Amino acid sequence: MPLPDAEKTLTALVERMRGAVAFDAKFVGIYSGGAWIAQRLAQMIPGEHPVGFIDVSFYRDDFNRTGLKPALKRTEIPFPVDGATIVLIDDVLYTGRSVRAAINELFDYGRPARIELAVLIDRGGRELPVEPTYAGARLAVAENISLELARADDGKLSLSTTLSATGAGNA
Amino acid sequence: MRNPQLDADGRLIHLLTLEGLPAEVIVRILDAAVPFASISEREVKKVPLLRGRSVFNLFFENSTRTRTTFEIAAKRLSADVINLNIGASSTSKGETLLDTVDNLTAMNADMFVVRHAESGAPHLIAAHLNRTGRTHVHVINAGDGRHAHPTQGLLDLFTIRHYKKEFRHLTVAIVGDVLHSRVARSLIHGLTTLGTPEVRVVGPKTLLPTAVNAMGVHVHHDMRTGLAGCDVIVMLRLQNERMTGALLPSAGEYFKHYGLTPEKLALAKPDAIVMHPGPMNRGVEIDSAVADGARSVILPQVTFGIAVRMAVMSMVAGN
Repeated sequence: MPLPDAEKTLTALVERMRGAVAFDAKFVGIYSGGAWIAQRLAQMIPGEHPVGFIDVSFYRDDFNRTGLKPALKRTEIPFPVDGATIVLIDDVLYTGRSVRAAINELFDYGRPARIELAVLIDRGGRELPVEPTYAGARLAVAENISLELARADDGKLSLSTTLSATGAGNA
Repeated sequence: MRNPQLDADGRLIHLLTLEGLPAEVIVRILDAAVPFASISEREVKKVPLLRGRSVFNLFFENSTRTRTTFEIAAKRLSADVINLNIGASSTSKGETLLDTVDNLTAMNADMFVVRHAESGAPHLIAAHLNRTGRTHVHVINAGDGRHAHPTQGLLDLFTIRHYKKEFRHLTVAIVGDVLHSRVARSLIHGLTTLGTPEVRVVGPKTLLPTAVNAMGVHVHHDMRTGLAGCDVIVMLRLQNERMTGALLPSAGEYFKHYGLTPEKLALAKPDAIVMHPGPMNRGVEIDSAVADGARSVILPQVTFGIAVRMAVMSMVAGN
């Protein structure tokens, strides 16, 4: 399957967000791919955009099946969430379950005025009523394929696919 | 026989002792505790990880502090906590330990946190649950006799790693009543597994177990040699309630030789940290000037203890 170039898709996402995102919107990236994208977007989108990071492991709905994920990261929200406009950022949007978990976690930090969602790739296959406010590209991907974002040492982003053993693809 | 703490795939299903626990499992718990620590710093100190699970605190021996830290940890994971002071109930009516466990399992317990005066009691419960095919019910040892107190050992390791980053260059001195201390045993096993080059035990002959050399530690009876060049000093509580016979002349005499004073602390490295599992006997094993001093990390230990227990509970509950 031909995959889009991640850097070009990021540029397309920036074009969609430029002028539409509030000047003081705070960016929150979902680990790990979303965190990389959030850092890049904060530099590329005009305005003041402090960046926070969320690890949704403690809020996932598949804990009873899969247990605690290895390599947990620390959620860091270095700004008040109360009354803020927040852009939640992820690499690949699939079932919508990670986004649900991230929104739950955000509300444990405060009551945001508004939450928007920016994703690099929307691969369809939603299991929850979640839609992105901004998407870099839309892509049809077979159910048993997992779409992954990688970051090289020089910071360059790239997409790759792996055959998913569970058939669950991206969460 | 398989390590009863691990399932067939080597995943942690009970936490009974640090002895024989693979280094990667210990490191995984310590790593997981880092994000759990930040939950306690938030306004909403709660995550939904163990929502709907029932955690039974089975305390056959009194311990307000340890029971409370387990209770806080479980509640911050959204579990339901039921505290049972067994000493005062069923066993006094003649019920056996395993009958008590079977009854509580019939009430759909998901996890037992067990404190018992007899070494091996949590192990007996875990083996019973494994044998009867109830591996979805988990056991965490909250201290058994003189044997082990693995979550205390883990929080000590977490504290040391937090301040000293790694174990491979450290000299750690454990001072005092090692003989009666399950805390010391758990910590020694953990330090050894993680590759700490020098672990010392310091204390009078009457308070050190005879086979302590076999645990791979260096024995000192004099604080001057025992503390020289140390990175970490772990003071143990003088366990008066466990003393039988005349092991010590007096508390005052003990403080003179083994109490940690600013003068004795000066023998260690200038950046050495001072730890104590609590509760402290001020003026018996530790001077107030040290306990409240700049090098004391005794209160951070308490805070880290909650995060470590949250990590252990989440890990076993998910396996």
